[in-house]
Amino acid sequence: MSAAVHALELQGVSRSFGALKALMDINMKVGPGERRAVLGANGAGKTTLFNAITGDFPPTAGRIRYFGEDITGLPAHERIRRGLRRTYQSSQLFHGLTVLENLFLAVRGVSRARFSFRRPGRNDPAMEAAEEMMDTVRMSHLAHTSVSELAHGQQRQLEIGMALAGAPRFILFDEPAAGLSSAERTELVAMLRNLPEHIGYIIIEHDLDVALRVVSYCTIMHNGAIFKEGRPDEIEQDPEVQRIYLGSGHG
Amino acid sequence: MASVIEETPRESDGVLARLVRPVRWYHLVIALVLLVFPFVSTGFWTVQIAAQTFILGTIALSLMLLAGYGGMVSLSQLTIAGLAGYMVAVFGGASGGLGMFWPPIVAIPLAILIATAFATLVGALSVRTEGIYTIMITLAVGMAFYFFVLQNREIFNAFNGFAGLRPPPVLGINWRQPEYFYFLSLTVAAFGYFLVLYLSRAPFGLALQAVRDNPRRMRALGFNIQAHRIAAHALAGFIAALGGVLMVWLNTQISPGSVGLGPLISILIIAILGGILHPIGPFIGALIFVLLDNFAMQLIGGDRFNTVIGLMFLLIVLFSPDGVLGLWKMARERLKASKKPSADW
Ligand SMILES: Nc1ncnc2c1ncn2[C@@H]1O[C@H](COP(=O)(O)OP(=O)(O)O)[C@@H](O)[C@H]1O
Ligand SMILES: [Mg+2]
Repeated sequence: MSAAVHALELQGVSRSFGALKALMDINMKVGPGERRAVLGANGAGKTTLFNAITGDFPPTAGRIRYFGEDITGLPAHERIRRGLRRTYQSSQLFHGLTVLENLFLAVRGVSRARFSFRRPGRNDPAMEAAEEMMDTVRMSHLAHTSVSELAHGQQRQLEIGMALAGAPRFILFDEPAAGLSSAERTELVAMLRNLPEHIGYIIIEHDLDVALRVVSYCTIMHNGAIFKEGRPDEIEQDPEVQRIYLGSGHG
Repeated sequence: MASVIEETPRESDGVLARLVRPVRWYHLVIALVLLVFPFVSTGFWTVQIAAQTFILGTIALSLMLLAGYGGMVSLSQLTIAGLAGYMVAVFGGASGGLGMFWPPIVAIPLAILIATAFATLVGALSVRTEGIYTIMITLAVGMAFYFFVLQNREIFNAFNGFAGLRPPPVLGINWRQPEYFYFLSLTVAAFGYFLVLYLSRAPFGLALQAVRDNPRRMRALGFNIQAHRIAAHALAGFIAALGGVLMVWLNTQISPGSVGLGPLISILIIAILGGILHPIGPFIGALIFVLLDNFAMQLIGGDRFNTVIGLMFLLIVLFSPDGVLGLWKMARERLKASKKPSADW
């Protein structure tokens, strides 16, 4: 073993939707525990990149390695079981269930026992884990509130909680700050910074005040390809980046 | 039962305490009324109104489980019940058909088993479809069954069906007696009700509701969506089959007319009338249905049952998509809102 094992290694990853090439030859290496931002205008292919990594829409070409293992052909839930998590750009929650029940299912999903007719007892490990996650995203006071009654910001918070189920090793956050108030953004930044060090992530975020404060490296995408990479301070100064993306507000 | 009066939940709470905690005063009132009812009413009210409510409610409960928690509207729940009823007749010694004379201890469980297996099969057939297509497939199953029993003489005795069916005198009890039949039906209904209520918060029930809300996320989480849906059909089939066995004893006969389009739709009406958000809904719907069925003629004269039930249905669906349960919920929220000082001023 010469090269260090990367948390994620993408080699020539492409994805087409019919004639549309949403991703073109993406090469990318993210170290274990590394925190990375993916920036770029709307339609640049950021979410498609996430879909390729998680298996929601597998790549049409290229290979994806996760902690050294080739996961290109694995179904989405097998990747989840290996500790790869994501949040969705528009919340994908269970609206008829409570906050705690949503988190409970997220935990059950990654555990072995997914099918059971017995109600969880007081000391059920999945229930305890769900309560812990609820605490992490500061929603304990809403445990028994139905998701349909949550405010938008609370739903985004829960969406993040869902990604923390089980033992995540790497998380993909798709615009977690979208639609949040500035107070909620501050909380989000604190939450991301407080994640255990071994958990790496990629965050897609238009708000640079959020994105650049929680990552050590940035990848900028344009028309399905990587356009530029660099540290947050480099990205912030780069005149070209300024001109194309950052000056024009939220793409 | 000292634990009933404990104010805060304790780590050491036993099963009993946890079961008893959600009990409210009106639960006790309802339980008391249900227990006393057959002793203060006539045989007609005990059997034709109350027991029939329990039985139709149980069959509609199976639809509530599928539609309310699983998002799958199945029109074949009465078909499942009817199959169970037919099997009781076939195996239990009715004249005509196969003419088996198996003891009830064999015939009844076998009838329930066959109906449950059939429901599982229907489930496996229909879970790959969504929405209107589920309704169409299950309707097709129901109609196919109707025409099959109508034409099949060897097993189902064709258009004659079976008559003279009575609950067997198990334990030396004449279950035909109104009080006994009442408590038998009540027990089955309560069993179904509490089973569904329990499962609604068990991992299976939560997963079923989550599949209804967001199948894509559930699949991504690693849940087997089809398995949960098929299991729901099996379970609902079992509950419907229990109701079906009682139904055949209540009517003392079963024939193709018992499983025709009309009765199929009635179960849907009962479930939607009462509401499919909570397992009590189908029983409320059944009570309304049975009362109208028996008294519509006296109320407005002529054979206007279908008109009345149709109008009721229309009104409910217009004003409260969640049935009578929805009305109750709305009323409660209004009351709450009017008690709270308004924050807008
Ligand atoms: N499931 C899909 N089917 C067809 N086209 C898609 C699909 N997902 C994304 N696209 C297209 O791929 C391009 C990139 O989209 P996306 O990855 O969502 O962009 P971003 O997240 O950077 O805003 C867009 O042109 C979009 O229309
Ligand atoms: Mg996107």
